[in-house]
Amino acid sequence: MAPSLEEAPESVQDIISNPLKVAPKLVAPEPEHCPGPESETAGQADSCAGCPNQAICASAPKGPDPDIPVITARLSGIKHKVLILSGKGGVGKSTFTSLLAHAFATNPESTVGIMDTDICGPSIPKMMGVEAETIHFMLPNRDDAVIWRGPKKNGLIKQFLKDVEWGDMDFLLVDTPPGTSDEHLSVNSFLKESGVDGAVVVTTPQEVALLDVRKEIDFCRKAGIKVLGIVENMSGFVCPKCTHESQIFQATTGGGRALAKEMNIPFLGAVPLDPRIGMASDYGESFFDAWPESPACAALKGVVRRVGEEMGLKAESVLPED
Amino acid sequence: MSLDKVKHIVLVLSGKGGVGKSSITTQLALSLSLAGSSVGILDIDLTGPSIPRLFGIESAKVTQAPGGWIPVPVHASNPSANIGSLSCMSLGFLLRERGDAVVWRGPKKTAMVRQFLTDVLWGELDYLLIDTPPGTSDEHISLAETLLKNALPGQVAGAVVVTTPQAVATADVKKELNFCVKTGINVIGVVENMSGFVCPNCSECTNVFSKGGGEVMAREFNVRFLGSVPIDPQFVMLVETGRRPVYPVGTLVNGQPFNVQNGGDLAADVKDPRLLVEKYKDCSLSSIFKDITNDVINVVEGRVVGTAIA
Repeated sequence: MAPSLEEAPESVQDIISNPLKVAPKLVAPEPEHCPGPESETAGQADSCAGCPNQAICASAPKGPDPDIPVITARLSGIKHKVLILSGKGGVGKSTFTSLLAHAFATNPESTVGIMDTDICGPSIPKMMGVEAETIHFMLPNRDDAVIWRGPKKNGLIKQFLKDVEWGDMDFLLVDTPPGTSDEHLSVNSFLKESGVDGAVVVTTPQEVALLDVRKEIDFCRKAGIKVLGIVENMSGFVCPKCTHESQIFQATTGGGRALAKEMNIPFLGAVPLDPRIGMASDYGESFFDAWPESPACAALKGVVRRVGEEMGLKAESVLPED
Repeated sequence: MSLDKVKHIVLVLSGKGGVGKSSITTQLALSLSLAGSSVGILDIDLTGPSIPRLFGIESAKVTQAPGGWIPVPVHASNPSANIGSLSCMSLGFLLRERGDAVVWRGPKKTAMVRQFLTDVLWGELDYLLIDTPPGTSDEHISLAETLLKNALPGQVAGAVVVTTPQAVATADVKKELNFCVKTGINVIGVVENMSGFVCPNCSECTNVFSKGGGEVMAREFNVRFLGSVPIDPQFVMLVETGRRPVYPVGTLVNGQPFNVQNGGDLAADVKDPRLLVEKYKDCSLSSIFKDITNDVINVVEGRVVGTAIA
C-alpha cells in the first residue's frame, strides 16, 4: 500500500482543540512524535519514554495558558479583529491588509491597527511607510534573517499581544504568513477568548494558488474561524498602452469565485492587477489617495464594503460612497 | 543514505512567498533534463506543496519499497533524444485529499523534512533540486542541519535564490541571502521572476511588478545574477492544461524572434500527447532557462568560480 498521512486529520484536531498552554523549559529538542510539551499527555505518551524532557513535561502545570486572560484584557478595547489569511505566499495579503487599513481609516472616526505576524518575512512596515511595529521594528539591521523555530515565534506573537499597549481601537487587522502552522495556531488560540470577527482569505486566480487556499479554508473550518469571504487579487491585467485585458494568472479552474461557491463562502470581489498598487506599496503610500480614479481602486472599495457587511457593519459607515 | 548517489544538490530558496520558487524549480528541472541530466525534485513545502500540480501528477502516490520511499516518476530517460530522467517527492503525494490542510507545528515539520532527506530512494541522480517554502524557519533550519550532517563534502552545490523585482519582495529575499551566509550555504545566483509582462495584443512590455530589483540586489550582495524571467501566461496554460504554447508571429524573446520548432499550426487546443518536457521546448521561457541552466551547471560543476557572499 502507498504510504500516506492517514493520521493527519486526527492530529490536526488534537492540535487545535488543545488550547495553548505554557510550554515547560526543555533540556533537549522535542522528539519526532512528541505530543507537544503543552499537551495534556505531555510526559505520559508512549513516545515520551526515554525522552530527556519526560520528567519536566510530566511535572509541568497543566491547564490553559495563564497569559490568555491577560491577552484578552489587553485586547478588550478593540471592537473588531480581522485575520488576513492565505495558504499561498505572494498573493497580496500584506498589500490587502494595508489597503484595508487605509480604507477603514478614511472614516475619521475609526482607529485602525495592524499586527504583522509574519516573523520571517514582514512586509507591513515597508508598505505603511514606517520603515524603521512587527519584529521588523526590533531588528538591528533590516536585512537580517530571522532564523527561528516554531516555539520562539509563538513566544514573540504572545509578546506582541500581551505587552503592546493596544488601547481602544475600532479595527485590528492581523496579517499572517503563508501556510497553516505555528503562527496561525498561535494567533487562533491567543485570540479565541477575546473574539475574532473572522478571516478574509486572499487568493490569486490560478489553480496552483487555489490549491493552497483550499487548505487554509480547511484550517479555518477545523479551527472554528469564521471565513468572511474570499478576495481574488491580481485578477486580470489591463495593458496601459492598448487597454487590452489579459489574464496573467489564468483562472483555469474558475478562480476565487468558483472556489467560494465550492466551499460555500462569500466571494468579496476581484481586484485587477495594477502595477501602481505595487509602486504605492514600495513607497509606503496609500493607493486610494494616489490613484482614486483607477478601476483597481473602485474594485478595492467594493471589496472593503463587502468585508464590512460580512462583519455585520453598515457598508456606508465603513467606507462612504464617493 | 538516500542521497549517496546524488551528484549535486541545489536548493531553490526565497524569503518571499509566491515569487515562483516552484515554477522556477520546475523549469530548472525541465531544462536540466533537456540537457541530458537525470534530475530529482524534493518539495519540502509541507503546508503548501505545489510541485505535484505543476507536473500534473496530483493523484500520483508514493510507493513504499524495502528501505524507503520510491519517488514519483515524471518521465524516464531517453538517451537518443538526450533527455534525462525526472522524478519528484512531495508531501502532496501523501495526502488523502488534495484540499486537506497540514496543520503542523515546528517539531513535526522538522521530522518530516529529515525523513524526506533520509528515506527517499533517489538512486543515481545528477541533480537533486530542493523546493522550499517561503521564510527562514523550521523547514529551512532542518534542511540546513540535515544536509550539513549527512551530505558528502561538495555535494551541496548551493542555492538558487528567487525574487520578484519589487522592493517589498527583495526586502524579504535579502533576509534569505543572510540566512545562506549564516548557515554557510553557497549562493549560486539570483533569478528575477515575473519581470515584465508582454501584452499579447500590442507587444508592449509592462513591468507589472517593477523591474531590475533582482539584479540590483545581486550586485549589492555580490552574487551572480542568473537572469530575469518574464511572465508568460502560455507557461501557466502549459502546466495547467497541457496545452502546447503558441505565440503570435513576430514574438521576440530576449530581443530575438522566437521560432516554434513545430511550425505554426494553431491547433493548440487539441490535446497534445507529448511529454511535458517536450512541449516545454515550445515555450518562450525555455530559451531563457537554457541560459540560466547553463550558468547554473557551469557554477555547480566548477567550470566557473562561484561567488561567495562576503
